[in-house]
Amino acid sequence: MPARPRPLSPHLGIYRWQIGNTLSILHRLSGVVLAFATLALAFWLVSLAGGEDSYRSAYRVFASPAGLVFLGGCSLAFFYHLFNGLRHLFWDVGWGFERPQRRASGWFAVIGAVASTAALWAFLWHGGRL
Amino acid sequence: MSLRSPLGRVLGLGSARDGTSHWWAERVSSVALVPLTLWFLFSLLLLPSLDFTVLRAWLTVPMSGFLTLLLVVVLTYHAYLGSVVIVEDYVHEHGAKLTLMVSLRFLFVLCGGASLFAILRIAFGS
Repeated sequence: MPARPRPLSPHLGIYRWQIGNTLSILHRLSGVVLAFATLALAFWLVSLAGGEDSYRSAYRVFASPAGLVFLGGCSLAFFYHLFNGLRHLFWDVGWGFERPQRRASGWFAVIGAVASTAALWAFLWHGGRL
Repeated sequence: MSLRSPLGRVLGLGSARDGTSHWWAERVSSVALVPLTLWFLFSLLLLPSLDFTVLRAWLTVPMSGFLTLLLVVVLTYHAYLGSVVIVEDYVHEHGAKLTLMVSLRFLFVLCGGASLFAILRIAFGS
């Protein structure tokens, strides 16, 4: 028997919230949102193949208030998952592991995602697409 | 003494029985998705509108249809891989886990297959 208790992995209840674990959880959460977006993309393509009437009814679903909230969430999830995913890919090749770099790239992912989403919807609104 | 079989050791397969192949497939598909998703987003934004005729004409262009087809395949695969990890991490009861894993596979094959068939129908004009 070990002389003292073995160290346990940090349980969520006592784990201090910080940028690292928060962004990790958000990465997974945005992935789930994007899995639903993949299903929505399939629905959109099938409606487009089905003819003008089926496309119009699908368009009405996406252009409804709930549809727009969903698309807004998908766009934010997409940009966040993209930027944070690139962050993960850089880690995988061994870059950016130092604490200041991790924090800087994390904030870059968050700010980049919010800014890109805002730019996208500003473009849509400005172009009269909404 | 190790309880692992010599074959298991030489193949480098851990407790998940598939080594790093799942993790690696996730990375490779994510690299492909960076250009594919950005291309798709910008293509849609550069279209004059998202009307039926505009989109049908756009998807009939061979390069648009082909890249959308690639996007759908890689995206569906990546979404499937990610969903599987989530089930593996949070669902511990064997029966529920097995049911969810099989359901996810059915769902994403259905979703990817329907998308592919839709793109082909539009591209070959029916």
